Amino acid sequence: MAGGPQGSGVDTAANIFGKACGYGGLHVFGRREYHSNIKGLHSYFHLRVSQEELLANINDVNLLAAFDAETIVRHIEEVVPEGGVIIDTKDTNTKILSIPTLPPEYKQELALHLKEKNLGETLNDLLENAKQRNVHIFPVPYMNLLSQIGEKLGIPQLSKITRMINVLTIGVSFGLLKYDRQLAEKAVKAIFAEKGKIADMNVLALNQAYDYAQENFKDSCIHSLEKTNTNEERLFLTGNQAVAMGKVLGGCRVQTYYPITPAADESEYLEAHQIMRTRNGEDEAIVVIQTEDEIAAVNSASGAALTGARSATSTSGPGFSLMVEGLSWAGNNEVPLVITYYQRGAPATGLPTRHGQSDLRFAIHAGHGEFPRIVLASGDIQECFYDAAEVFNLAEKYQMPVIHLLDKAMANCSQTYPVFDYGKFKIERGELLREKDLEGKEYKRFLITKNGVSPRVVLGTKNGVHWHTGDEHNEIGHISEERLNRRLMVEKRMKKLELVAKEILIEDKLKVYGDTNSENLVVSWGSPKGAIIEAIEMLKQEGFSLGFLQVRLIHPFPTEEVKRTIAGKKRVINVENNFSGQLGGIIKEQTGIAPNYQILKYTGRPMTTTEVYEALKAVLTGKAHEREVLMFGA
Amino acid sequence: MELKPSDFRVPEVYADWCPGCGDFGIMNGLQMAFAELGLEPYKIVMVSGIGCSGKEPHNVRCYGVHTLHGRTLPFAMGIKVANPKLEVLAIGGDGDGLGIGAGHFVNAGRRNIDMTYIIHNNGVYGLTKGQAAPTLQLGLQTKALPKPNINEAVNSIGLAIISGFTFVARSYAYDVRHLKDTIKQAVQHRGLAFIDCLQPCPTYNNITTKSWYSGEDRKDDSGKPQPRLYKLEETGFDPIVHFPEEDFDKKVSAMKKAQEWGDKIPIGVFYKTELEPTFEDRLRDRIPFYLERPPAEQKLTDEEELSIVDLSEFMSELKTS
Repeated sequence: MAGGPQGSGVDTAANIFGKACGYGGLHVFGRREYHSNIKGLHSYFHLRVSQEELLANINDVNLLAAFDAETIVRHIEEVVPEGGVIIDTKDTNTKILSIPTLPPEYKQELALHLKEKNLGETLNDLLENAKQRNVHIFPVPYMNLLSQIGEKLGIPQLSKITRMINVLTIGVSFGLLKYDRQLAEKAVKAIFAEKGKIADMNVLALNQAYDYAQENFKDSCIHSLEKTNTNEERLFLTGNQAVAMGKVLGGCRVQTYYPITPAADESEYLEAHQIMRTRNGEDEAIVVIQTEDEIAAVNSASGAALTGARSATSTSGPGFSLMVEGLSWAGNNEVPLVITYYQRGAPATGLPTRHGQSDLRFAIHAGHGEFPRIVLASGDIQECFYDAAEVFNLAEKYQMPVIHLLDKAMANCSQTYPVFDYGKFKIERGELLREKDLEGKEYKRFLITKNGVSPRVVLGTKNGVHWHTGDEHNEIGHISEERLNRRLMVEKRMKKLELVAKEILIEDKLKVYGDTNSENLVVSWGSPKGAIIEAIEMLKQEGFSLGFLQVRLIHPFPTEEVKRTIAGKKRVINVENNFSGQLGGIIKEQTGIAPNYQILKYTGRPMTTTEVYEALKAVLTGKAHEREVLMFGA
Repeated sequence: MELKPSDFRVPEVYADWCPGCGDFGIMNGLQMAFAELGLEPYKIVMVSGIGCSGKEPHNVRCYGVHTLHGRTLPFAMGIKVANPKLEVLAIGGDGDGLGIGAGHFVNAGRRNIDMTYIIHNNGVYGLTKGQAAPTLQLGLQTKALPKPNINEAVNSIGLAIISGFTFVARSYAYDVRHLKDTIKQAVQHRGLAFIDCLQPCPTYNNITTKSWYSGEDRKDDSGKPQPRLYKLEETGFDPIVHFPEEDFDKKVSAMKKAQEWGDKIPIGVFYKTELEPTFEDRLRDRIPFYLERPPAEQKLTDEEELSIVDLSEFMSELKTS
């Protein structure tokens, strides 16, 4: 784990570390935590590295690289016995409760904790206490290292190179772990690839720190990190990047957005990669528009979708709230609109940079009136990618808005993943009429049909002039308040949901893992998936048997399929990052079967494998309450 | 085939505006302008907001997109950016564009998308029975208001100029010929064009009425009404920015003209420049083939309907080997 004040390069350090591990054939899972702040408040990146595939984070920290005193205060107790802590020598005498960035409510909690544990008031006291647990402390005089580097580079003013402390911590970490130096250098060069001389300076810093660790802490760290051989080609990417690539694959040609965490990174990545190669050699491009607000974002995406361009907008809770009227218009006008919705800590501004899953019911119900929509929830990076492409097919085939529901944990996690196999992705545009299909015919955009889907014509098509309106409309698209027309139109639109329920693939509806014959079944959706799968595997090793049902299609709800999976189970354990157990509630409404245990977390931090494992074990051994609330993570 | 205004009529729809409503004049002006410009109906998209003006597209034969209150510009932007080959006109009321949609108005100016925006300016919210619109002057009490208007009016022309609209004009719904000519100029303008179209609301605005505009209340000695509207083009006013250096002065003189109201109200073109790059130009600088193959017309699939995209460049940036 690397931690420090925001703006000090924690992210960059973690990315270098992760990339270097990836180069060495290792699997990486990284969780990024940060405040809604530009500079100064605490942020950290928890990276888990293994030769085995990784799906989630765990509680334990083996090596903590602290850029500042606060990181020690917040994380030292997560460091396991025989683990290590890298600390700036200048920080060791810091008075804990005088750290200015600690908020009063945390100081209060901390003061109580220090008192309970009989700890003194400086960082040294915490370090000494950790030593008693056999945690190894590695003090590094960063300023001395910097001045040596400054001398080599001919830069006397250290203030110009203090930014490199992050790379020094990586150098010390790799030195302690005796990891392949070339791979570390390669990662530094890759991260600073576009910054010319800066890359060389950082390579120098990396090596200086690597050498320092080897010379001063020789063999005092019992952990080591070795590269491994693999033939598997992998990517190291975030959920935001996976979604962006999926959109490109799915044919998205217009993306609108208004800046918001944790969605904006996706749009920025798309804009940076705006021009794309194709297999026929001709480039194509996606237009990314930063609008004046989310109202403009959703409505301009709808407008673009009417022209036949596959169009999407991307946002999180507060932005989606503003989009709701536009969503209703898109539903009424049968617009193939894609909304990528990254949930974060809510309500209101909530925890803007933290995780949450409290918008499930909002996504299903948002908008005045009754209109059809699809809500599809991804649970891991691979699903983020394929779903981001598939939602455009669903939107066009069924001519309705599709909400691709994601969350901050997925958006910001960095994970190694086998290279996506995308060559066989089929674009399905649904019933789309062209100029030649329309010759000599009268075209009706909202023709009443048996299954509710009216063949679509895009704006600008010859012989296809028609109208759209947010009012109730007749088949041509003109305003109509007639009762029979009204009834037919409402039924036509809603009927499309039956078609969705009938046609959508089972793997888009739900997935099952673990022992599905077990009397115990975990139900969940979204990002807790990884931690649940790992926890079930750990429990299996101990002889406990559990199945896991991941619900993906939230709306229209796959009632029959879910009912079949959960019927007759002794324990149905609902796991979600919200207060009220929203999926559990929907399952109860739809199937009549209520989960009998709820494992919930709403601290703004995602669930770790460790805490899901502990909670599930408590359920299985009769030690759990019906409602368990998880708390881990600074 | 030569187009006639009647080619743009929609006989199956009953235009349900009040008798004497300015919206009829605007409808006629649009149909005449489209015919004279030789624009085929399927190449035009009329986008509207909510209110009486929102119904305008239903009465003109071309693609019509009747949207949400205040959101005509975002919808129009999405349509035009996705397919710049379409002729896009955004239509809205004064409340729609300068009240609930004012943020979009200002930001549309920053982009200068090559389309036309026509505001139906009658000073009231007609369809909700006569509340004060943002263009109603302070202190006026139109007949449905319980008290005189407590807010100052927005200066729509001035706001358009400082927001970056590159064609700013005013016309009058009862002078259909002038309106038609103004619409033609706006459509032909390269960039974002704004027309502030004055119109009486015969039902709810009993102050700025047809007879008020034509000056029935102020006759000269011979008993002839003194119209309040006068045409800028008849005064020798030159609104066009011919070279970049005169842009500031042109804006200032347009702003001065924009302050005139009351007994002397200018109509015509206040400001026009084609020296600013359009949003389409700016996109083309980033995407060289943008205008030839805009988003709406790009290829998505091969013969087997598989996605045509090659992600290998994306992947290679992220690969760990």
